[in-house]
Amino acid sequence: MVKEGVLKEIKDRLSEKILKVYEKSPRRAYIDLKPADIPPAASFIFRDLKARFITASGVDTPEHIEILYHFVFDRLGKIISLRTRLNRKNPEIESLTSIIRGAEWIEREIHELLGVNFRNHPNLKKLLMAEDWPENKYPLRRDYRG
Amino acid sequence: MAKTIIPIGPYHPLQEEPEFFRLHVEGEKVVDLDIELGYNHRGIEKLAESKTYDQIIFLVERICGICSTSHPIASVQAIEDIGGIAVPERALYIRSLIGELERIHSHLLWLGLAGHFIGYNTVWMWAWRYREPILDIFEQISGNRNHYAMMKVGGVRRDIEESDIPAIEKAVDDLVPVLDMFKGVVIDDPVIHARTKGIGILTKKDIYNYGALGPTARASGVAIDVRRDHPHAAYGLVEWNVITQEEGDVFAKLVVRVLEMYESVKIIKQCLKRLKKVKGEIDAKVKEIPPGEGIGHYEAPRGEVFHYVRSDGTNRPVRYKVRAPSYMNVPTNKTSVVGGTVSDATIILAAVDPCYCCTERTTAIDRNSGKKTLTGEDLIRLSQEKTKKVARELGLPLEGKLKAY
Repeated sequence: MVKEGVLKEIKDRLSEKILKVYEKSPRRAYIDLKPADIPPAASFIFRDLKARFITASGVDTPEHIEILYHFVFDRLGKIISLRTRLNRKNPEIESLTSIIRGAEWIEREIHELLGVNFRNHPNLKKLLMAEDWPENKYPLRRDYRG
Repeated sequence: MAKTIIPIGPYHPLQEEPEFFRLHVEGEKVVDLDIELGYNHRGIEKLAESKTYDQIIFLVERICGICSTSHPIASVQAIEDIGGIAVPERALYIRSLIGELERIHSHLLWLGLAGHFIGYNTVWMWAWRYREPILDIFEQISGNRNHYAMMKVGGVRRDIEESDIPAIEKAVDDLVPVLDMFKGVVIDDPVIHARTKGIGILTKKDIYNYGALGPTARASGVAIDVRRDHPHAAYGLVEWNVITQEEGDVFAKLVVRVLEMYESVKIIKQCLKRLKKVKGEIDAKVKEIPPGEGIGHYEAPRGEVFHYVRSDGTNRPVRYKVRAPSYMNVPTNKTSVVGGTVSDATIILAAVDPCYCCTERTTAIDRNSGKKTLTGEDLIRLSQEKTKKVARELGLPLEGKLKAY
């Protein structure tokens, strides 16, 4: 059973890897991590603490491509989002699909809409867009012009 | 045995919505499944970045034609989460009332389609016939059968008039014997047992791995429900139960949806009772959305709808992320369909209730006067007259039965 102190448990486990924690409210927390620390952190939260994976949000910002991985502890009503920032020139991160099967589609979507390369993804083909959509054109990026 | 591919979609009579399922079969057995989507991608997330927060509620209402209030509820909650905006109590009851009326008509629609997919068209006709009174309530409240435009950041856009309450109460009371009838149809009918029991099974582990949601998860014994787990709107203020089944097959999903409609009736009746007592504002009159980020989620009829919004303090978001429940539920088909037979594939694919849009209706209008020449009653009468005529021609004794309807 998940205990109320789940956020503390995550903080203890990830300890010095955490760049920043922002507890917006009792039900919402954001934890910033380096890209390399995302897979072990996600694995801990998903496999050991049994959180449900909601989805990931990719955000294009002036300096980085940001990805937020949203997890929820349903019985506590608590959503914890792991945030990481990728180099905008060459955005790349390890795929979580081998840990979380439900991450396959959203990684494909972020790949085609924001141009993030998910390393070791089993099936990184187009999800929503046409097969013949040109390479290096990413519609959700700020600098995209039709 | 040689492998054959059977395509279902992208445009196929079995689906009211474009999606491409490629079944790899050996004889009758499905050995693999490819799912392709994107035929209906409208770029709503990108579009939302160019809309104001007031406009976005209308935009996200257009994501789905059936659970059209689910996205607006998630959306207003995400935006309210950015600024920590509190909503007046009366508006909370109205939000839940609309949400539950929608759940009933959505579940009845699915029940009808499920009947249709297994060739049991009587279930289809009856389920959709009893869905109509619910749509009539929506028309009475909001002027629209669907796309009610009731939600607003900080509250709701329209009040429920005291004078409307008796009619809504009567409509949901009248629904209970109908639900009893469907419960009988589902639980006792040997045809439905034969077609839905033991097929398309999803285990608890599958649900967890895919992140599957809503009735799909609850039919596999995973008791998640955003309404209970993250109390919002009036769900923490009224009494109701989360419905679960253990088997995880198509039958269990059917049972969950039918029983959930009883819970919706319970919630609606309590909300109406409170609306008679809890008076006052229905809108917190929000002027500004501060910079920051917000998350809102809501238990739509198909499962959790999730919205993530990032604000830079202007009146438009810099990022608007939407995740609908079918996005997590449809991939489970890869587990539930594979290993079964081709004939079971259609109902298994439909068992997660992939989102369909059906909001059309017929009205005949005289072009010169602009007046309606045929009403709904006229259409029913014409249909019955035709059936009687056919019955007479065939010498069938149908007259008495039609009168009962």
